[in-house]
Amino acid sequence: MTPELLTDITIFVLALLVGFEVISKVPATLHTPLMSAANSIHGIVLAGAMLIAVTADNALGYILAFVAAAFAAMNVVGGYVVTGRMLKMFRRSRAPVPAPDTPAAVNGQSTGGGA
Amino acid sequence: MNTFDWVTQLLYVAAAVCFVLGLHLMNSPATARRGNQVSTGGMALAIATTFALVVHAGTVTATGWIVMIAGALIGAGAGLYSARTVQMTAMPQLVSLFNAVGGGAAALVAIHDYVRLAGATAGLPESTTIPTILDVLIGAVTFSGSIIAAGKLQGVISAAPVTFRGSRAANIAAAVVGVGGGIYMIATPSVPVMIIIILAALAFGVTMVMPIGGADMPVVISLLNAFTGTAVAMAGFVIGNWALIIAGALVGASGSILTKLMADAMNRSLRNIMIGGFGTGDSTPAVAGPGGDVRSVAADDAAIQLAYAQKIIIVPGYGLAAAQAQHQVAELAALLEERGAEVSYAIHPVAGRMPGHMNVLLAEANVPYPQLKEMEEINPEFPRADVALVIGANDVTNPAARRPGTAISGMPILDVDQAKSIIVIKRSMGHGYAGIDNELYVNPKTSMLFADAKSALTSLIGAVKTLVG
Repeated sequence: MTPELLTDITIFVLALLVGFEVISKVPATLHTPLMSAANSIHGIVLAGAMLIAVTADNALGYILAFVAAAFAAMNVVGGYVVTGRMLKMFRRSRAPVPAPDTPAAVNGQSTGGGA
Repeated sequence: MNTFDWVTQLLYVAAAVCFVLGLHLMNSPATARRGNQVSTGGMALAIATTFALVVHAGTVTATGWIVMIAGALIGAGAGLYSARTVQMTAMPQLVSLFNAVGGGAAALVAIHDYVRLAGATAGLPESTTIPTILDVLIGAVTFSGSIIAAGKLQGVISAAPVTFRGSRAANIAAAVVGVGGGIYMIATPSVPVMIIIILAALAFGVTMVMPIGGADMPVVISLLNAFTGTAVAMAGFVIGNWALIIAGALVGASGSILTKLMADAMNRSLRNIMIGGFGTGDSTPAVAGPGGDVRSVAADDAAIQLAYAQKIIIVPGYGLAAAQAQHQVAELAALLEERGAEVSYAIHPVAGRMPGHMNVLLAEANVPYPQLKEMEEINPEFPRADVALVIGANDVTNPAARRPGTAISGMPILDVDQAKSIIVIKRSMGHGYAGIDNELYVNPKTSMLFADAKSALTSLIGAVKTLVG
């Protein structure tokens, strides 16, 4: 056991506690965007995937680096974009026109007619 | 530590601060968008810092650069495309897919590290080996489990619990091989054993999710989300990167909280869900109806009741999401509001197919979020409601939950039975996943409108419009 491991464990435990504290206050209305936001945050694994490339010097290393980078980049980019898209739909009052970027909006062409 | 290391570590801390602040701002719909932007900024900072680290290391070969950049571009393109085009009803599948790739990438980070160091003469310190094994096991389980979950949600794989002879035995065998192999690896580093535990973990993920039914998906997705976070934190231990440890721990915490909330809201223990076997939603029509008289109503009569109500509470459930009728319900609500009625939505924590899913569907249909009420908030309002309109929700409205001795006893429910009158839109008298009769349906105040959510709402809209004209 190394001192570094002890530091890592300390950070891990404290971050878990911070996570519990911050997230337990999120209202149920936002649980899907919350999960999606958490999803984008674990896209940080892209940093790990990039660091593979530092030591990769054979075919296996390159394949692992390639797949890991692709997976992680998909996670991080997709996660943030879709979270943003969802949050944009949460409005305090009824908007005059349905959001233009919702493919399903064609089914609800008259939803904008409210008070 | 030289200056460069200092600066990069501090930048990682700044990124972690952005993640925490971003999550904190999700406490209210008014600030949530800014939260996502702050979090995105933190991520950009972390990735830029990592890029600087990679350049500074100076050991990346030309091929290394090509594979890294090509992989990142392809992945980013795929992520961007799917995020832009996904329908809100398909959100659970997409989240599941991102869980899969995140967990997969975390496992790959550890696999690479292990294979590289196994060849080195210095061998592997156990302080790295244990996180490596955990990362590989959890990451691989998440990868295969999330893909199966996404397949079930998309309908590619049957949403019903899939079991075959010996599936439980296969699941246990996979767990034993994975854990046993992992323990062996602590004592004796071995790449072949690692390949065996990867395969075992992949098999475990498949056999874990296959028997779980559609209605339990909110719990499963939350659990896999927590797994991904943990796998990413373990990858952080392996490569000694704090940003990964902190971000992974945050996601692990978020996933665990949501898992617990969902399991509580369904009144089921996690163990009960994982062992599973039922949980298929209310799509199977039951043969026998409940005791007592069921009053059926035509759309026209229901429309009159709605049109002359002052206060209406809409209770949307899984059936509404399944029928994709969120736009119709929003249209009906807007129409009733035009007539001067007060309309709000009672959202049970497990409505929809992932935590909070119903809120997103209704937000997409242009329903203002102040109308979306959580269970604790709306329950005291039911006695004042003239009409409670239940659409495709079943067990979460069953008053039997208040009595001991039923399958759903103790489950938190919406107090729909306290409204002055109740209209239930439902395809049949079929049971919910708990498999019991809903006492709400035989309540003298209740009228049943037997139809698919979408067609029922369309006829209600038509009928209300005629009344207005």
